Amino acid sequence: MKRDIITSAIGIVVLTLLCGILYPLVITGISQVAFPGNANGQQIKVNGKLVGSKIIGQQFATQAVKHGKPQVDNNGNPVTNPDPRYFQSRPSATVPPYNAAATAFSNLGPNNTATEQAIAANIQAYIALERPYVPGLTAAKVPVDAANSSASGVDPDISLANADIQAHRIAAVRHLPITQVQALISTHTHGRGLGFSGEPGVNVLALNLALDRLNGGQ
Amino acid sequence: MTFLGWLTIFLFAGVLTAFAIPLGGYMAAVYSGERTLLDPVLRVPERLLYRVLRVHPERGQDWKAYAKSVIIFSLAGWLLLYLILRTQTLWDFTGLNPMGFHSAPWNVTFNTTSSFLTNTNWQYYGGETTMSYFSQMAGLTVQNFLSAGVGICVAIALIRGIIGRSGRSLGNFWQDLVRTLLYVLLPISVLVALVLVFQGSIQNFSHYLGFNGLTGLPQTIAMGPVASQEAIKLLGTNGGGFFNTNSAHPFENPSGFTNFVEMLAVLVIPASLVFCYGKMAGNRRQGYAIYSTMMIMFLGACIVAYIAEAHGSPAQHAAGLHTGVIAGSTGGNMEGKEQRFGIAGSAIFDVVTTVTSCGAVNSAIESFTGIGGAVPFANLSASEVIFGGVGTGLYSILLYVVLAVFIGGLMVGRTPEYLGKKIEAREIKLVVLGLLITPLAALFSTALATASHAGRASISAAATGPQGFSETFYAYLSQANNNGSAFAGYTGFIQPNAGNVGSHGITFADLLGGFTMLFARYAPILFALAVAGSLAGKRVSPAGLGTMRTDNPTFVVLLIGVIVLVGALTFFPALLLGPIVQGLTGHLY
Repeated sequence: MKRDIITSAIGIVVLTLLCGILYPLVITGISQVAFPGNANGQQIKVNGKLVGSKIIGQQFATQAVKHGKPQVDNNGNPVTNPDPRYFQSRPSATVPPYNAAATAFSNLGPNNTATEQAIAANIQAYIALERPYVPGLTAAKVPVDAANSSASGVDPDISLANADIQAHRIAAVRHLPITQVQALISTHTHGRGLGFSGEPGVNVLALNLALDRLNGGQ
Repeated sequence: MTFLGWLTIFLFAGVLTAFAIPLGGYMAAVYSGERTLLDPVLRVPERLLYRVLRVHPERGQDWKAYAKSVIIFSLAGWLLLYLILRTQTLWDFTGLNPMGFHSAPWNVTFNTTSSFLTNTNWQYYGGETTMSYFSQMAGLTVQNFLSAGVGICVAIALIRGIIGRSGRSLGNFWQDLVRTLLYVLLPISVLVALVLVFQGSIQNFSHYLGFNGLTGLPQTIAMGPVASQEAIKLLGTNGGGFFNTNSAHPFENPSGFTNFVEMLAVLVIPASLVFCYGKMAGNRRQGYAIYSTMMIMFLGACIVAYIAEAHGSPAQHAAGLHTGVIAGSTGGNMEGKEQRFGIAGSAIFDVVTTVTSCGAVNSAIESFTGIGGAVPFANLSASEVIFGGVGTGLYSILLYVVLAVFIGGLMVGRTPEYLGKKIEAREIKLVVLGLLITPLAALFSTALATASHAGRASISAAATGPQGFSETFYAYLSQANNNGSAFAGYTGFIQPNAGNVGSHGITFADLLGGFTMLFARYAPILFALAVAGSLAGKRVSPAGLGTMRTDNPTFVVLLIGVIVLVGALTFFPALLLGPIVQGLTGHLY
């Protein structure tokens, strides 16, 4: 008994040093030397200014202004409108959307009216933004990833079907040939892991940055 | 459903087996004291640790001594973890609390401490809004290693009891623990962590990144030493995420490739232990029989979950969505799922982490369809013996094996024997107690939480109708099985806003959950060790003509039957009230 207590007391401290201090430090050391870009979150800078992480999604919207005053909701979070010049990310359940400092699921059940209402609202917003450029867009043609909120709330990707629909708006608003927008989409599409694991996705931030570079260069 | 989705399921099963067989052989060598590949590097630190811990590894322990060491060591771990979590700001001098987070209140900390000690990793807190880097590393990561280590030690002790030819010794707990950490968990964790960083996980001690995004909206991105914790979280089937959204977060699980690697990391040790058992027992076919049992049930669960999720949910259909496969989208129930994993990658991950005690999630289980959500329920109801947690899975299924041998013995009218050892009344009593104590804890806690006002306070507002019961039932089923995955709308810890000042817990859920986890972890461990002790001293009689074989397909069928029967008889009424009702109706509540 006494021997067990002594060994446990020493053991928990020594093993904490080994597994809780030494091990993470070694991993950090190797990572910072071998993969500094990844280890620090694949930060993207434009003109030296940080604008995001390549693998964390963000909201491409502007704050609504009424009577010259930026609008906030009851909780003090900004009221936003999607920016039509950019591809839009998936719906996010965090508060405010794409809050990468407090990620959250929507936790909406499969048979709940609250879920149906949330999905219907997402569909409505999507159609309102895209139908002017894609006549005949109905709820049944909205890709599921555009209507359902992601798991992390900061999903960096959208599906190819989703990007293809939005391409029409981007081409019109930015006065670009649709083929050029489609070519950009395929440049910023990642495939499946090892060719089979997971699904292809379009990285929205990278795609939008490429669009800005294109317009800036014209 | 797509061809590649199906391919992923079967390819995964193949790759897992290809990794598990050699690793199982290696682990058998580690626990039999034979020379291994890593001896030249690890012999010196191993001896050093024995000296520091004042351990005499050659001294064998009988089951009571072994159990005493397990319990006292766990108690020490509980106290230190609670202390570290409650004194979070005291460690600010290390520079590992860049956001200046305060400690969570005592009730949440009680739950969290019990949760990580028991390999559950149930989380009533959000990682990136509560924990300093120091707490994540020196507190939670450490117990990710140690709770996994203790589970493996108990499994090895039970194996030694079953195969032991002489005396009552089950080995030495301290030696088993040190060898598990040095020879198994640490080396593989280093490997997995580096693969994750190579693929895009983060590993740093920076302040959270604050900036204005492309359109000028402010965004803050949480940072931290993620990969090191992620690796052992999966490998030790712990499952507690660095971030609130766990393995759905792009920093924890950046791509389809890492998703595959992570699923392998979860199952590789539980699967290897089965082969390790076959090798240590000197009869590999015993391992193959158990492995087949597990694999059949695992594949069944994957297939059901994939079909259900690819079909879409009633809420989607009511809103007018088309959930079939179209060009550029695989459709399905994408609520609470990430684009890069898709339906198949989410469904398989969910099965992988609920058959084991991992409980990591890469999608929101609460948003799974009724039948898709019934799959994790069923996995938990099978007491996590389909691979199961590291160690816990093997010792639990070995209890089921003994039970199946007993039932088989009754059917053919012979004294039941397992590997030449007679199974008698004492063993069967211990086995049944060991198997029924977890379901008992789950159902009792669910009933208490459903029947009381304080318990119902945890149900989320959106979870109307059967979903509310599902949330509650899942919470206690998961905590009793030391799994840790959640219908995450069920709350115990309210955080009004970012930062946790002013946060509080729902004390009822925190405490009931904490006690459920502790009871349902340590009681079965004691029964498993008692079974080991009881078998260890028995004489081995040679197999005769009438001996029932435990390494052929007939026995696999019998074993599956016993597991399904026990699980179904215990849980079916409760399952009907929640997920099955939802799965069978297209009705919205």
